Amino acid sequence: MTSPADRKPIDVVRASLKKRYARERRFRFLGQLAVFSGVAFVGILFITIILNGYTAFEQTDIRMDVYFDEQMIDPQGTRDPQVLLQGDYAGLVKAALRKEFPEVRGRRDKRKLYRLISSGASSRLQQMVMDDPGLIGTTQSLWLVADDDVDMLVKGHIDRTLPESERRLNDKVVGWIEKLESEGRVEKRFNTTFFTAGDSREPEMAGIAGAAAGSFYTLLVTLLLSFPIGVAAAVYLEEFAPTNRLTDLIEVNINNLAAVPSIVFGLLGLAVFINFFGLPRSAPLVGGLVLTLMTLPTIIIASRAALKSVPPSIREAALGVGASKMQMVFHHVLPLAMPGMLTGTIIGMAQALGESAPLLMIGMVAFIVDIPGGPTDPSTVLPVQIYLWADSPERAFVEKTSAAIMVLLAFLMTMNALAVVLRKKFERRW
Amino acid sequence: MLKKSLAVAAIAAAAISGVAQAAAARDYISIVGSSTVYPFATVVAERFGRSTPFKTPKIESTGSGGGLKLFCAGVGVQHPDITNASRRIKKSEQQRCVKHGVKEIVEVKVGYDGIVVANSRKAPRFNLTRKDLYLALAKLVPGPDGKLIDNPYTNWKQVNPALPDIKIEVLGPPPTSGTRDAFDELALGGGAKKIPDLKKLRGLKADKAGEIKALMAKLGIPMSVYDSIAKKKGKAPKGKDIFKVVAYSIREDGPFIEAGENDNLIVQKLEATPTALGIFGFSFLDQNADKVQGSTIDGVAPEFESIADGSYPVSRPLFFYVKKAHVGKVPGIPEYVAEFTSERAWGDEGYLTDKGLIPMPKAERAKYAADARNMTPMEMFK
Repeated sequence: MTSPADRKPIDVVRASLKKRYARERRFRFLGQLAVFSGVAFVGILFITIILNGYTAFEQTDIRMDVYFDEQMIDPQGTRDPQVLLQGDYAGLVKAALRKEFPEVRGRRDKRKLYRLISSGASSRLQQMVMDDPGLIGTTQSLWLVADDDVDMLVKGHIDRTLPESERRLNDKVVGWIEKLESEGRVEKRFNTTFFTAGDSREPEMAGIAGAAAGSFYTLLVTLLLSFPIGVAAAVYLEEFAPTNRLTDLIEVNINNLAAVPSIVFGLLGLAVFINFFGLPRSAPLVGGLVLTLMTLPTIIIASRAALKSVPPSIREAALGVGASKMQMVFHHVLPLAMPGMLTGTIIGMAQALGESAPLLMIGMVAFIVDIPGGPTDPSTVLPVQIYLWADSPERAFVEKTSAAIMVLLAFLMTMNALAVVLRKKFERRW
Repeated sequence: MLKKSLAVAAIAAAAISGVAQAAAARDYISIVGSSTVYPFATVVAERFGRSTPFKTPKIESTGSGGGLKLFCAGVGVQHPDITNASRRIKKSEQQRCVKHGVKEIVEVKVGYDGIVVANSRKAPRFNLTRKDLYLALAKLVPGPDGKLIDNPYTNWKQVNPALPDIKIEVLGPPPTSGTRDAFDELALGGGAKKIPDLKKLRGLKADKAGEIKALMAKLGIPMSVYDSIAKKKGKAPKGKDIFKVVAYSIREDGPFIEAGENDNLIVQKLEATPTALGIFGFSFLDQNADKVQGSTIDGVAPEFESIADGSYPVSRPLFFYVKKAHVGKVPGIPEYVAEFTSERAWGDEGYLTDKGLIPMPKAERAKYAADARNMTPMEMFK
């Protein structure tokens, strides 16, 4: 044993060295663990959503030989579009099904038989005849959209081996489907309806185009308002405003605003824009106004940070060669700060795209079939569509919900990637 | 700079004129109201939009109370034309309507909805009575001396020896939901009526204040309940008012779990927890018959037929209300109502039954369809 007095400093360091290394190893390990668990959670989320949702991009179709019976579409033979619009197209589908299964008798069984094909098929036939009245009198072999229950069975979401009483489709219906399958008349095809149609209560007819258009108009309004206002506010506060109590107060409150829960903005929108100004309910215009309030602080804060990062030498040089303050800001500082401002704006927009809570209050949580044609037409947005589908009883909406989430995530990732690319491409380092 | 500001001004002007146009006239029907009626009204609206030259109505799911509040806010295109409700309009709501100039309302009853208590198919089916549900889920239940005490039961076997030896765990909707209101009233209230003292209390009129107070003392209900209701109503309460306060409240100590408004979520949780029961609307049972099974209540299973003929005890009527002043102002209202009340929609084999609506008997359908066709306004409390 050596007494403490004999120990040289180097011994003390050596003795603690091992501990220090161990401590660093531990910290590295914990850090890796944190990163790994974060990635794992995101991975699990994505995998479950994709596994639940990828089947929604396919839709079961049934090939039917449809006879365009003149008696049912246009008995007088006028070919008048008004008459063609009124034709019994559902009857054509029913007749085709009856021809395929002549042995089905009795009202109840026939009702079940007719339900193999979606009720939306008749509007497709109607559209075909409106486009080309020459089809009347001919027989066409067409792929018609199957009903959602059939779709679920073909995709394997309904177990065929379960006892009959526990299934939505009874043995007879399953028998019909199996007969069609054996004849090669059942096929899973790419689901274009999902990308081109508005909302529907029939899962096989439902699409996200309406919600996507609503999101587009809402974000357009948000962008048109929040970007100029946000940038102007940031430029004034950063470059022109005197530093005093008042500007300090404003700065603190902008930061406060960024932390206000979004539902509060919804209530504000309801009280001010709808009840006071009398703007229409459920319109992307009001949605955009509300989301502007929400994204403004994000944009102002990001824009001010971008302005701050422009070195003072640029300003001094501009002023030194005789530029006015306004010229200095608009010709030199603003162009250099623009990439940072755009990044902030895109991130703010991505936030607004995923927001649904404030839109609850202003009536954008609604069933809207028609695809909106402008910012004052009633519409929903993508997150609200996801919420509405998640709440629907039909089994087939489960996969539609996940598919809509995938589409929303794709948009969000594109926007965030764009922000990263912009930053990488235009960022200047001094 | 000037060009830019001109462009901005032009956009703003266009936006304002567009809004002004939209506010001056509305060419689509605006519908609000109950989330229970929503799945049915949306199907009608979609078919209506597809088969007529009118635009598809816009339907918001705001809940029955929220819908009636918006509906009664006034006459004019900024207010909805129709509201759906999973209960009848209240007197106070009618008064609010009249106060805001909504004087003529057409009431249309559309059918019934059953509320089911279900569990996973992996577990045996429960056979419950309303009294079991009351004893298992109410906040206050009669103790050994007849006085009401905080619910002590934690196991179904304690409630009724015939029930399985399983922990009480029930997933249900939150108090904001119409399903919850109906469950409180029909299942808990119905069960509480099986307790003789509570039944007696329920039957007492307001003039029998002495008897009410005596019974309250016997049941151990604090007198402050009586006073607070009297203060709220501005007159002496009926026995039924006291009964409602006592019987219609669900316990908050754990066995009843509020699972949110999303009924699909409850179904998923039931699948994962076979010992739990869940409360939701019949259409969700109908769609998920391979995963969950409905418990029998008072010996009756929740089936299409038993709810339609009224033998299943926990079912409620569904309504919608039409603002008569808007007929002729907003295009398509009579046509939409006609579509909803047609046999191919709400009939025994109509498309709404495919979605889980329980139709009314034929005579009742005929009566409401005639009222709807003629737009006969309902009698209002003034």
